[in-house]
Amino acid sequence: MDFDLSEDQRLLQDSVSRLLGDKYGFENRKAYLKSPQGWSTEMWAAYAELGLLGLPFAEAEGGFGGGAEEVMIVAEQMGKHITLEPWFTTVVVGGGFLRHGANAAQRAALVPQIAEGKLKLAFAHNEKQSRYDLFDVATTATKDGAGWVLNGAKGMVIHGDSADVFIVTARTAGGQRDKSGIGVFLVDAKAAGVSVKGFATVDGQRAAQVALSNVKLGADAVLGDAAGGLPLVDRVVDEAIAALAAEAVGAMEAAHLMTLEYLKTRQQFGRTIGSFQALQHRSADMMVALEQARSMAFFGTMSAQDDDAAARRKNMAAVKVQIGRSSRFVGQQTVQLHGGIAMTMEYAGGHYFKRLTANDGAFGDADHWIRVLTEAGGLVAAA
Amino acid sequence: MDLRWTDEEKAFRAEVRSFIAANLPAETHARMKQGKSPTKAQVVQWQQILNKRGWAAPEWPKEHGGPGWTTAQRYIFREELMLAPAPSPLGFNINMCGPVIIAFGNKEQKEKFLPRMLNLDDWWCQGFSEPGAGSDLAGLKTRAVKEGDFWIVNGQKTWTTLAQHADWIFLLVRTDPTAKKQEGISFLLVDMKTPGITVRPIITIEGGHEVNEVFFDDVKVPAENLVGTENRGWDCAKYLLGNERFGQARVGASRERIARLKKIAAETYDNGKPLSQDVGFMTKVTEIEVELQALEMTVMRVIATAMKNPGSNKPDPTTSVLKIKGTEIQQGVSELLMKAAGPYAWVDGDPDMEGGTEQVVAEDPDIAPDWAFGLAGIYFNWRKQSIYGGSNEIQRNIMAKAFLGL
Ligand SMILES: Cc1cc2nc3c(=O)[nH]c(=O)nc-3n(C[C@H](O)[C@H](O)[C@H](O)COP(=O)(O)OP(=O)(O)OC[C@H]3O[C@@H](n4cnc5c(N)ncnc54)[C@H](O)[C@@H]3O)c2cc1C
Ligand SMILES: Cc1cc2nc3c(=O)[nH]c(=O)nc-3n(C[C@H](O)[C@H](O)[C@H](O)COP(=O)(O)OP(=O)(O)OC[C@H]3O[C@@H](n4cnc5c(N)ncnc54)[C@H](O)[C@@H]3O)c2cc1C
Repeated sequence: MDFDLSEDQRLLQDSVSRLLGDKYGFENRKAYLKSPQGWSTEMWAAYAELGLLGLPFAEAEGGFGGGAEEVMIVAEQMGKHITLEPWFTTVVVGGGFLRHGANAAQRAALVPQIAEGKLKLAFAHNEKQSRYDLFDVATTATKDGAGWVLNGAKGMVIHGDSADVFIVTARTAGGQRDKSGIGVFLVDAKAAGVSVKGFATVDGQRAAQVALSNVKLGADAVLGDAAGGLPLVDRVVDEAIAALAAEAVGAMEAAHLMTLEYLKTRQQFGRTIGSFQALQHRSADMMVALEQARSMAFFGTMSAQDDDAAARRKNMAAVKVQIGRSSRFVGQQTVQLHGGIAMTMEYAGGHYFKRLTANDGAFGDADHWIRVLTEAGGLVAAA
Repeated sequence: MDLRWTDEEKAFRAEVRSFIAANLPAETHARMKQGKSPTKAQVVQWQQILNKRGWAAPEWPKEHGGPGWTTAQRYIFREELMLAPAPSPLGFNINMCGPVIIAFGNKEQKEKFLPRMLNLDDWWCQGFSEPGAGSDLAGLKTRAVKEGDFWIVNGQKTWTTLAQHADWIFLLVRTDPTAKKQEGISFLLVDMKTPGITVRPIITIEGGHEVNEVFFDDVKVPAENLVGTENRGWDCAKYLLGNERFGQARVGASRERIARLKKIAAETYDNGKPLSQDVGFMTKVTEIEVELQALEMTVMRVIATAMKNPGSNKPDPTTSVLKIKGTEIQQGVSELLMKAAGPYAWVDGDPDMEGGTEQVVAEDPDIAPDWAFGLAGIYFNWRKQSIYGGSNEIQRNIMAKAFLGL
């Protein structure tokens, strides 16, 4: 049991922290938001330079050779600055599919480009009826010679409007809510029959509605088993949950610090509002929520590496529940303790609240996962 | 960074587990599996078994009879005791007074008291709180006046847990009434058989006899029983209270009770099906399980920090998180256990150590299943957890001051 960063991990943390500290102040962020794609191409190049875009890929394949802990370190820093770039979708989620599902040829074609910042990925899984169920897939993939033809519609594809390649779940067999018969496909965003409608999300990110109409794919477009893709999806999403947890911890930490600063400076009734015990106790409770979340982010990073899918899923459900609940409390109280000011677009506090709220919703919110965990029997076995 | 237990730690856990299985007296185990506190005799017997093995005081240094464990091993050991469940080493001896004597006491005090503490030849109790000094402990008034080679003690302590069992009491007494509150206090060891001491029971809401009032009327205490420096007893008190907070996470105890709760839920019917299939009820259980998992990691983080700073006497303010969450979780589990029992929860069974009040209903399967007796009593009794050891409000004050900088 050792929570210390290694020398290399500390260097990584310092360099990301320095980069974002210099270039990702709240005023910078406002400017990035206004750019045409809604995020900073300059920062994207800087991430590539630092090795963040090749972070989880093997060095031999053109990556940085980082593991789950390195992803956690970077995600936390991204959360502190509520960054806007498609790092999570490309590197963590997309990268997860490539590492766990792609063959050597597929990786060789994509990984170097990703690491250099030339290629972005987005995960297209959500459908109108599916809500948070990853196995609820109506989009079809039908065999077409050696290849496939895709038809269907995917919604809420985070960073879908800047993606070069989509990772798409589609049904190759079975009924809409069957757990088998799901394939995972690489789809070029410019392929014939793909249409992308981009829009903004509440927390300052971008997303897209993606329609797939008779999209023809080669045999090499499938990641792994065309009828048994769900375990791959689950594995990748479990890793993504760990990274989301770290991102949320970074955002909570920043929001909490900002709130403390405000309590120490804002004067009402002739004294700083931090002198009121009601607010002191609330901020102590924020700290408790944050520390519990930080603990679960560590637990998530540890558990996501577990090869036992059922045990891993339960643990990741627990992570999602704790992170969602802590995020909600810290986010809401950040606004509350600031009074009116954090209700404004001008002030950073409300933006952290929004990101924390959206982070909870990503891949299912705390309410969804507490049901999943409860149905799976919880964490503690009966006596 | 490696967040997993090492192989040595896993092997150690297995060793502890099999030692407990082989040596824990069956009657003690049976009583505790029902959620009840062990009797005095059971606590003493078990502590002596542990002492023979060299495990009576997990946290003590080797030179004073501790096992010389790492912080992780101590944690694992205590977890296994709670999971078994088996009695923990007596806190007053091992976690409160012993460490103070080790840190602040002189050679004679160490030699005289520590071995008897380890073997539970002496049962100690804690005489800190007074009617006028609860959270504001430094406001205590019990006086000790030096007369020749003795301190003459007058005053009253209250809430003294298990003073009825105790051979000795460690006291905070005022030795300089002219100094500032915290600066005129001393830490004094008193033999409970000394003339002038009266113990009166206080019966707590569930009907148990757990706490007492202790009166001191011209009690003569040998001068050599003062620990540390005269008028610096507050240093001892702060040190002791910091250690106490850490112990209140009690992750293993909550886990053991959740496991029992699930068994009860599987055997109890609600709406025509086992309660364990009721998503509404079980979601509340899951909520607590998640918080408990997070708390366990928080404990480990505190341990990891402590392992990096061995010998540091400074309490880690994160221990306040452990106290707040640990007690909230334990109280939450006790409430769900009571709820799971449904109407049976209202039988006035005895959750306490031996000797509750006469109202208690004897366990009778005609009246209720055996597991239901005392569940409500524990729920009521455990409201104490957020009050003692520095109330949870006081913990929030500590946090606000320590790391919030407010
Ligand atoms: C959307 C919106 C619409 C509004 N519309 C109007 C309007 O039409 N007209 C108008 O005049 N005003 C309006 N207000 C202003 C509103 O009344 C103030 O925001 C409110 O009085 C709080 O003041 P504040 O924002 O300065 O926060 P502060 O007073 O600085 O409070 C900051 C935090 O400290 C807490 N706090 C302050 N004092 C204490 C204390 N003594 N003890 C414990 N906690 C304390 C507060 O509860 C809050 O959590 C509006 C505000 C908003 C957000
Ligand atoms: C079952 C039980 C066993 C105990 N065993 C022992 C024992 O063995 N030895 C011993 O010495 N003591 C023991 N105690 C005493 C315990 O430490 C005290 O009860 C505790 O310190 C609280 O003091 P009080 O009861 O006087 O409450 P008070 O201090 O009067 O507190 C009343 C309420 O006010 C709140 N409060 C007080 N000050 C503040 C503040 N500054 N800010 C915000 N809120 C505040 C408290 O949180 C509480 O909610 C025991 C208590 C109980 C209930």
